[in-house]
Amino acid sequence: MKKAFDVVVAGAGPAGIAAAVTAAAQHRRVALVDDNQRPGGQIWRSGASLPRPARVWLSRLEASAVEHLSGTRIFDHPAPGVLCAEWNETAMELHYEKLVFATGARELFLPFPGWTLPNVMGAGGLDAMVRGGLPVAGKRVVVAGTGPLLLAVAAHLAARGAKIVAICEQAPFARLAKFAAQMSRYPGKLLQGLAYRLAARHSRLYCGCWPISASGSTALESLTLRQGNRTWSVACDYLACGFHLVPNLELAELLGCRIQDGFVAVDDLQQTSVANVYCAGEPTGIGGVEMALVEGQIAGLAASGSAEAARKLIPQRRRMLGFVDALRRTCALNPELRRPAADTTLVCRCEDVPFGTLREHTSWRDAKLHTRCGMGPCQGRICGAAAEFLFGWGPDAVRPPIFPALVSSLAAESTNPNKSMEDA
Amino acid sequence: MSETWDVVVLGAGIVGAACARACSLRGLRTAVVESGAIGGGATAAGMGHIVVMDDSEPQLALTRYSQQLWMALSDRLPPQAEFESCGTLWVAADEEEMQEVRRKQRVYASLGVATEILDSRALREAEPHLRPEMAGALLVSSDAVLYPPCAAAWLLEEAIHFGAKLYAPRTVVSASAGHVRLDGGTELTAEHIVVACGADSVRLIPELPLRKRKGHLVITDRYPGLVRHQLVELGYLKSAHSLTTDSVAFNAQPRRTGQILIGSSRQYGAEHTAVDHAILKAMLARAQLYLPALGACSAIRVWTGFRAATPDKLPLIGPWPADETLFLATGHEGLGITTSLGTGRLVADALSGAATEIPLEPYLPVRGPIEHSSSTHPAAGGLHA
Ligand SMILES: Cc1cc2nc3c(=O)[nH]c(=O)nc-3n(C[C@H](O)[C@H](O)[C@H](O)COP(=O)(O)OP(=O)(O)OC[C@H]3O[C@@H](n4cnc5c(N)ncnc54)[C@H](O)[C@@H]3O)c2cc1C
Ligand SMILES: Cc1cc2nc3c(=O)[nH]c(=O)nc-3n(C[C@H](O)[C@H](O)[C@H](O)COP(=O)(O)OP(=O)(O)OC[C@H]3O[C@@H](n4cnc5c(N)ncnc54)[C@H](O)[C@@H]3O)c2cc1C
Repeated sequence: MKKAFDVVVAGAGPAGIAAAVTAAAQHRRVALVDDNQRPGGQIWRSGASLPRPARVWLSRLEASAVEHLSGTRIFDHPAPGVLCAEWNETAMELHYEKLVFATGARELFLPFPGWTLPNVMGAGGLDAMVRGGLPVAGKRVVVAGTGPLLLAVAAHLAARGAKIVAICEQAPFARLAKFAAQMSRYPGKLLQGLAYRLAARHSRLYCGCWPISASGSTALESLTLRQGNRTWSVACDYLACGFHLVPNLELAELLGCRIQDGFVAVDDLQQTSVANVYCAGEPTGIGGVEMALVEGQIAGLAASGSAEAARKLIPQRRRMLGFVDALRRTCALNPELRRPAADTTLVCRCEDVPFGTLREHTSWRDAKLHTRCGMGPCQGRICGAAAEFLFGWGPDAVRPPIFPALVSSLAAESTNPNKSMEDA
Repeated sequence: MSETWDVVVLGAGIVGAACARACSLRGLRTAVVESGAIGGGATAAGMGHIVVMDDSEPQLALTRYSQQLWMALSDRLPPQAEFESCGTLWVAADEEEMQEVRRKQRVYASLGVATEILDSRALREAEPHLRPEMAGALLVSSDAVLYPPCAAAWLLEEAIHFGAKLYAPRTVVSASAGHVRLDGGTELTAEHIVVACGADSVRLIPELPLRKRKGHLVITDRYPGLVRHQLVELGYLKSAHSLTTDSVAFNAQPRRTGQILIGSSRQYGAEHTAVDHAILKAMLARAQLYLPALGACSAIRVWTGFRAATPDKLPLIGPWPADETLFLATGHEGLGITTSLGTGRLVADALSGAATEIPLEPYLPVRGPIEHSSSTHPAAGGLHA
């Protein structure tokens, strides 16, 4: 199957929706591609109890002429102007004049003894499951990791009747206080932060604190926490744990976009180093929803040839860059977080590779070749970032397919874009 | 500072590791230098098919010798080397290819390699997912598969156990007249320098007749039992891995993990590691032609690697005439995983003055033309990875 558009937007999170809606308003033929069934990305896709901006943008999307290709996963970029995707076990070729990729970020998990027990979950992951209907009323939940996401998740779970036993933020109190003070420059965010704190007021926030082990016979029963020299155990039913976000850069790397300090380098109009390719949202820097929406609009306008209109939004984005920076500094991981992992703690869950085995190796490639770490279906999406933090190893080169794809889909890939356009 | 050794092996791919093991076992004081990960070169890219091949008589002799050495070692290999004696099925698509099956059986029998001819029905029973209209196959039960990087690491561990010393990660900057210079200034002195740098050996000896021959492989998610033997097409009469042009052939391998490794392609003049979409597509189309069920399998990774190819497809094993302290162990093309053990033994025998168990002459770096065993086609004997 082949489809051609003026603008293809990869990723239907806030950034991608904003880009697609904006480009469609400029009368471009636009496709919005996402591997999930529903639009909205990490925070909006559940559709339930959404804040106003979410409802506004989702209804704009619905009212627009954007062709929403849901359940469609992009796995390759065989030639300039072409993406290969899979939908419902069928290969699809997407041709574009301009591409905006807004592929978002994923949570970082750090291994500690017991982290593979059932009911130890990602903070965003548990949040999404609860939005999807998992009942948590009366359940004891510990929320741990770093970043404003923890408060957001705690607030939401508390609102659903969960008992938040503790919120453990790895950053020290002083750093958090500084961050909160800076937040006054970003009113929307400040209010949001306060609201979260209020909703979660029955729970305790511990700073400079993190879980060092989890135990339970068949599922999580208790957690040992550490704060400074103090360790103690708490009984709980769920751990929602996330050590901030890592950008999804696989598509960026496949496209050949320049990456700087771990993020996609873009100019004021969100243009990457590759001609006709724009990037918006988390891959350019972890900045949250408001930042994603502004970047998406700029990219959508720029990709539709409306650079003038796009420039009007630049000051708005610039103001938020300070927040991105403050967030990065606040969430910088304490090196002590490397310590909880024991020799027997699994780091790679696809291939069952423990920390002790990895420690004997000198590079990610060396470890991969000899232990199979990162060689499973997730291709290191989870353990790769953990290994980077634990051992300081840089990642491997990205190769197609960036997501598992059927052999038949790989065999169906176009190799001559011009010819296949004629076929279509 | 200079350290003195009987043998310094350059490169710890599977060939260098096997040479180091054989030399230190023989009591030679041995050092090994490796610039990257152990087995991280072509060895990490290879399919790990331990296969007897009859492209030419010397190839048959070396692969058979090596395959027997692997069999003898198999009980001692660690689990992560994933050694499986799954055997090879040389698949014949039609009657014309069945004749090749019979020819191949006669050749293998002459070396005492037991084989079995499967007719169409027997083949269907052995491999139910192959396209049903296949004519038959030759089963070579003594062939095996393994996971090359861990096999190489184990060979090296053994070498170290027998007294070898590893310099890694260190790059050899130059090697001549019994001196090996490493980055950072260390100099090693050796009676013999074994050059086992794979395709990169030309960086040390630019005159070597080696070319890079690029290959692609694809690995799937886990589908235990979908493929039971290493499957290789005999279809060279029609699709041909030729010596001059790009080509693909059907090759599928069951891994211990239940994953399926799919090959293979051959390209000259492609020096970049990037995936070539046209070749990948052709390779997978061919694989699905033989094994339609593969289409519905999820592919999790594609990679490429470079074989070190010589003009006559035989490795270069022996002293380098321009500098007799240099002893070559390179140019193993698409068979170096298999022939590593035989190479190691030939090297250790030659360097310690013992008689080699198979004649060394056909592999000497300077040699005459060889005869291919059967047809006029350069790929005769079948299409290995
Ligand atoms: C688990 C989690 C929970 C979060 N919770 C909150 C919260 O409560 N409050 C808050 O303010 N912020 C939260 N954030 C941050 C917030 O999600 C982001 O700031 C915001 O969603 C960024 O939007 P985005 O469009 O850049 O990316 P995303 O929302 O991540 O959207 C990217 C989309 O692209 C899709 N995609 C990626 N690659 C491909 C591909 N190859 N093919 C097809 N589709 C692809 C993804 O599946 C995803 O749907 C959370 C983040 C995460 C990861
Ligand atoms: C796609 C593909 C499939 C294959 N399938 C099979 C198969 O099924 N069966 C089979 O038998 N063979 C197969 N092969 C062939 C096999 O992989 C190679 O023949 C074999 O790995 C060669 O091993 P080597 O040790 O000579 O080279 P390499 O593995 O390349 O090792 C050379 C080593 O030398 C090191 N080195 C290089 N230069 C220096 C320097 N200056 N200083 C220090 N160290 C240096 C490198 O880092 C490297 O580790 C396949 C090859 C490919 C590409």
